[in-house]
Amino acid sequence: MNRARITTLALPILVVLGSVVVLLILAGTNPWDPIRIIVEGSIGWPPFEGGSARKVGDTFMVWVPIALASAGLIVTFNAGMWNIGIEGQIIMGAIAAALVAREVSAPRPLLILLAILAGAAGGMLWGLLVGVLRTAGGVNEIFGGLGLDFVALSITTYLIIGPWARSGVASTSGTNPFPDNALLPSLGGSKLSPLAVAIAVLALLGVWTLFRGTLYGLKLKAVGRNRSSAFLMGIPTNRYLLGAFAICGALAGIAGTSQALGLHFKLIPAISGNFGFLAILVVLLARFQPIWVAPISFFFAMVAVGGPGLSLRLGLHGSLGGVLQGVLVLSAMLGLGWAAYLTRRRAMTESGVSSG
Amino acid sequence: MSLELREIHKHFGPVRANDGITLTVETGTLHGLLGENGAGKSTLMKVLSGFHSADSGEIVLDGKQIKLASPHDAIAAGIGMLHQDPLVFLPFSVIDNFVLGSPGAWRLDRRAAEIELNELCERYGFNFDAHTPVRLLTVGERQQLEIVRLLWLGARVLILDEPTTGISADQRSKLFATLKALAAEGMSVIFVSHKLEEVADLCQRVTVMTRGKVVGEAELPTPPERLVEMMFGQVIEIQDRSDVGLGVSHLELDSIQTASGLLSEEPISLDVKSGEVIGIAGMEGSGQDTFLRLCCGMRAPMKGTVAITGDDLTGKHYREFLNANVKYLPAGRLEEGLIEGLTITEHFVLTGRDTSFIIDWGAARKRAKELIDKYGIKGTENSTAESLSGGNQQRLLLAMLSEDLKVLLMEHPTRGLDIESADWVWEQLLARRQEGTAIVFASADLDELLRYSDRILVFFSGRIIGELDAAATNVDEIGLLIGGRSLGAEAAASS
Repeated sequence: MNRARITTLALPILVVLGSVVVLLILAGTNPWDPIRIIVEGSIGWPPFEGGSARKVGDTFMVWVPIALASAGLIVTFNAGMWNIGIEGQIIMGAIAAALVAREVSAPRPLLILLAILAGAAGGMLWGLLVGVLRTAGGVNEIFGGLGLDFVALSITTYLIIGPWARSGVASTSGTNPFPDNALLPSLGGSKLSPLAVAIAVLALLGVWTLFRGTLYGLKLKAVGRNRSSAFLMGIPTNRYLLGAFAICGALAGIAGTSQALGLHFKLIPAISGNFGFLAILVVLLARFQPIWVAPISFFFAMVAVGGPGLSLRLGLHGSLGGVLQGVLVLSAMLGLGWAAYLTRRRAMTESGVSSG
Repeated sequence: MSLELREIHKHFGPVRANDGITLTVETGTLHGLLGENGAGKSTLMKVLSGFHSADSGEIVLDGKQIKLASPHDAIAAGIGMLHQDPLVFLPFSVIDNFVLGSPGAWRLDRRAAEIELNELCERYGFNFDAHTPVRLLTVGERQQLEIVRLLWLGARVLILDEPTTGISADQRSKLFATLKALAAEGMSVIFVSHKLEEVADLCQRVTVMTRGKVVGEAELPTPPERLVEMMFGQVIEIQDRSDVGLGVSHLELDSIQTASGLLSEEPISLDVKSGEVIGIAGMEGSGQDTFLRLCCGMRAPMKGTVAITGDDLTGKHYREFLNANVKYLPAGRLEEGLIEGLTITEHFVLTGRDTSFIIDWGAARKRAKELIDKYGIKGTENSTAESLSGGNQQRLLLAMLSEDLKVLLMEHPTRGLDIESADWVWEQLLARRQEGTAIVFASADLDELLRYSDRILVFFSGRIIGELDAAATNVDEIGLLIGGRSLGAEAAASS
């Protein structure tokens, strides 16, 4: 038992560390400097020292959308769905929030509340669309979601060079900045918005509670693991699938809102930052556990914020950060798979011994 | 080519699908392999065609022992298998399907192959165009294509698994004529079937299998009663039925019909009273599952009505049937019943009465423990469904049933269970019946059907070909009906 636990924990970590070291040596550097630069570039060195408030703020504001999208994906994964459409749901959330920020005038707290609700609604709508295509149209959620991702991306581009174009400029660099009144309130000197961080933490706690203690969550899990059995138990399976897409879409939409009103302060074509796809990897690495999502998302946020510093400081190509992320995920999956295989094989030989 | 199987063993986990099978097929014979579903025929044929490898045992072809690691090895050795659903690639043309399995990876001579295909077709009187897409061919024609393909690849032993399912009578007689001609040319043909009549018509010898073992062999012709006896065993003394007074109608079907293809056109009517047990006999796929799904609202009939305890629920959703206390337990316990990865406690929470949003895990675990004790489930409240043995899965399913059940529909209540669990299952079911539940169950076990049913419905090709009073019938009569033989003089004499 104890040995098995060591295998499942230590093996993936060893595989990850090993591959990162090999990658960095291949990239022509020692393994230590890049890691230090990423840490320094994202949370400062020594970590959280004075003067690093701006970096820490950026890192948290990247953490928020990844964590929110991951929380949503835990719901759809538990319902047995690959919600690749998460990117589109983030984008539609950002567009809906941008619409409120641009067009509505109201006192600041009300305006921000409206923007967040609109973002959630936009993401939910896009998520439900994937769900309806799946349940009523028989379109696999992977293809439906991927298609809707492209549609959402095109809508952003259209808005940016069309109706919402900066006055006098036809550029894909983004819309005019939103009025200050609509921006998420942040701590002085940084982008860190306590409200956004609080929402992300609440979302993770909420998802944890959903699957830990509620009948709704248990039924979702039942639908995800065996739809026929769940149906025979009397669970309305399609309604639950739509519910999962609605929850995930809403959380992704809030992630988009945070991107628009808390990080970029305008609508840009790459408003999702690909954090939806990144969140899929986070959730797989976290093995669908909300508690693990928080640190893993933070780690990815650090790489995203600190990675570009590699080219400046070490003369390495800036894309190394992205390569690093990819290698981390692949090697972690490999390590997890390997550990699971060893555990299974041990279980098999043990049962073979006891029966034979 | 003569073929010998010696002491073939094949286990799937605890299931002994083939338990020491020894079988000889002489050159140039048509050899029938008869047995009910789950008897191990298909497993044996899959071993012989290289699809599965046997745990132990020998395969001897013309005096030489051979090793079959894959279907490729089998066809190279001259053993060709025609699967129940011909394995063809529907969008491909006839000729592409024909050449697909040919050896080598690069060289493809369609023209030469086409000439050979046409020669073979001419020889056996088949008639299809090489360039037609296979999806336009009937099932019978697809079989013919598979046969010529296997011959072209050099098959000298031909295995046919239930080949007459889904083909017309014309095509069947053509198939039989072809098989006879092939045998006359020295081909060894193994004909796997559950249809007595076809084996009797076609084969020269028959081997009967039951529960993974060979239980008899006979030269044909032989009286069909003897084959029935070999397949289903001797008549068993039937215990006295405890008398349960029948109550009101719990399940009433009034001349229901379904879309064609599922059941035959003939309307079905049935009235099951409270406390009554109806057994459904028939080979798998004869329409029993469609019938049970009609009874529980998972399918709606095209015509006719379904009433539960007097309420007309025709066309209503399955969940309304469930609310009316109708429960359906399909055969696949882990596929359509339990949920892998969820614990026993979670199963009870899902099917329990407490619908509050927040789960009280303390109470749930306590209740799970009580039910585990009450139903004698070997497992803890944290055991997952898949970690339980088949018998304990069935116990869990029965423990999940609501208390005031009106109609219980079940497929194979005791399949795969040891005797202790099987007896326990029936104890539970009979207790339910005592409380007034109407039970309809499908089974392949004639002993079980005779012992526990009040009435037995026999399904054949999507229709009920016999409704028997369980007290006044016997294994022979049911066995013949299951094999599709109409009630003749034998039935008249026995009833």
